[in-house]
Amino acid sequence: MDILIAVIKIILALVWFLVLTLYLTWLERKESAVIQDRIGANRANIWKFRFLGLFQPFADAIKMIFKEDFVPAFANKFLHTLAPFLSFFFVAITICAVPFGDTLRIGGRTINLQVLDLSAGLLFILAMLSLAIYGIILSGWASRNRFTLLGGMRGAAQLISYEVALGLSLIGIIMVYPSLRLQSIVQFQGGNLLGFIPKWGILLQPLGFVVFFFAALAETKRVPFDMPEGESEIIGFFTEYGGLKWGLFMMTDFMEIIIVSALLTTLFFGGWQVPWLAADGFHWPWGGQWGLPHGVVVLLQLLAFNVKIVFFCWLQILIRWTYPRFRYDQVMDLGWKLLIPLSLLNIVGTGVVMGILK
Amino acid sequence: MIKALGYFFEIIRGGLITARHFTVNMWFHTLKVLGFKPKRRGAVTIQYPEEKKELAARHRSLHRLTRREDGQPRCVSCLLCVTVCPSECISVEAAEDPDPEIQKRPARFVIDLSRCCFCGFCVEACPEDAIRMDTDRIEIAACRRPDLIYDLDRLLK
Repeated sequence: MDILIAVIKIILALVWFLVLTLYLTWLERKESAVIQDRIGANRANIWKFRFLGLFQPFADAIKMIFKEDFVPAFANKFLHTLAPFLSFFFVAITICAVPFGDTLRIGGRTINLQVLDLSAGLLFILAMLSLAIYGIILSGWASRNRFTLLGGMRGAAQLISYEVALGLSLIGIIMVYPSLRLQSIVQFQGGNLLGFIPKWGILLQPLGFVVFFFAALAETKRVPFDMPEGESEIIGFFTEYGGLKWGLFMMTDFMEIIIVSALLTTLFFGGWQVPWLAADGFHWPWGGQWGLPHGVVVLLQLLAFNVKIVFFCWLQILIRWTYPRFRYDQVMDLGWKLLIPLSLLNIVGTGVVMGILK
Repeated sequence: MIKALGYFFEIIRGGLITARHFTVNMWFHTLKVLGFKPKRRGAVTIQYPEEKKELAARHRSLHRLTRREDGQPRCVSCLLCVTVCPSECISVEAAEDPDPEIQKRPARFVIDLSRCCFCGFCVEACPEDAIRMDTDRIEIAACRRPDLIYDLDRLLK
């Protein structure tokens, strides 16, 4: 029975992840269109039934599947094929540490709404996101093309500079919630500050949030920080890929957006916490409460988590369609000269404040 | 670092501009979906095959040959359009007209639209107002090249 529950959890989490990825492509098309006063892809239909272009991801997928699986004659065939799968796998696996909700009680059984309750879940996600760069470097190298190699090297350089800021910005968070377990981090954020403000991470760690947000944007390797791709100069590490393998790289991009949103939500915006919602219903800060059954509470928590994630996906797409690309030296300047000193400052500041309050 | 901080506010302003575009356009899209008649549309684009833009009065579209009152083409085969055509896509063959006032009529009048650049010089050169580009037909693509060669019958339609 435990194994069955685990399998169901894995399947549900993966389906959730992949469907959200699929529809993130739709969101990206539509949102960019609305920003630019257009309408966006709305022609894909099933029997003349268009429905806001919601079938567009399927049309894209079918197109990619039926394209030729091309490997350049000069490429290393095995590594060339392996690279997109590595890149995809390491991002897809991070979903298992994301807490979707609190525990669900069904038939005397307590189910943790998280695939794998790791005691070092935060480190696990960061490690896997860092490993995903291997796919990029490998694809750049295995294609035996100078530009793909340049893209891979730039990806590696960017990862090294931003991984430092990313890790350092989270040290403040770990100091405040003394835990690396994502579920306890979310549970910690359930309380209230001064009795009525939800105790979310952004209020405890505003500077940490800013640094983490920028570093995480750089991690997704999309436009303001798309050094590995660099459309206007080197096309990037997937120049020699086509069809479904290219699609895997593209999906990896979108999955990284979702994972970054999930991390932002979990660490800084209370994860599945709804303001003032406890396990037995709402406890209003002005007194009184509104009792809710267990199932409704769990549904509200799941909904809150999803709404927060979709909001951050929206924000990241907005950023991607607003800003032009940084020059390479600007990216390095921002990482080494601004974000890392700020994150160190954040650690010192957090330590001082915690020492005073103790 | 100070310079980067200075840019930071501009960056946020840029984000607010796109966010404003998004919310305003989304507001009008939502109104339209809910069945209201908003005072402007959420997008400036035209959904082309279903919705067509009105062509300007001077728009140069597909050519046509005009007729006299008795139904004969006004063209007198003076070959001015053939001479002025920069893409050399018009070819006219003259024949004798029974009316001595008119003298010539076109036996063949062929425009190869695959070469035409729609400059409108033929219309301006014509002394008889026999050729015009005011059919408002702009969807004249064809799958085969011979389909783009318009002869007298098709031009007189």
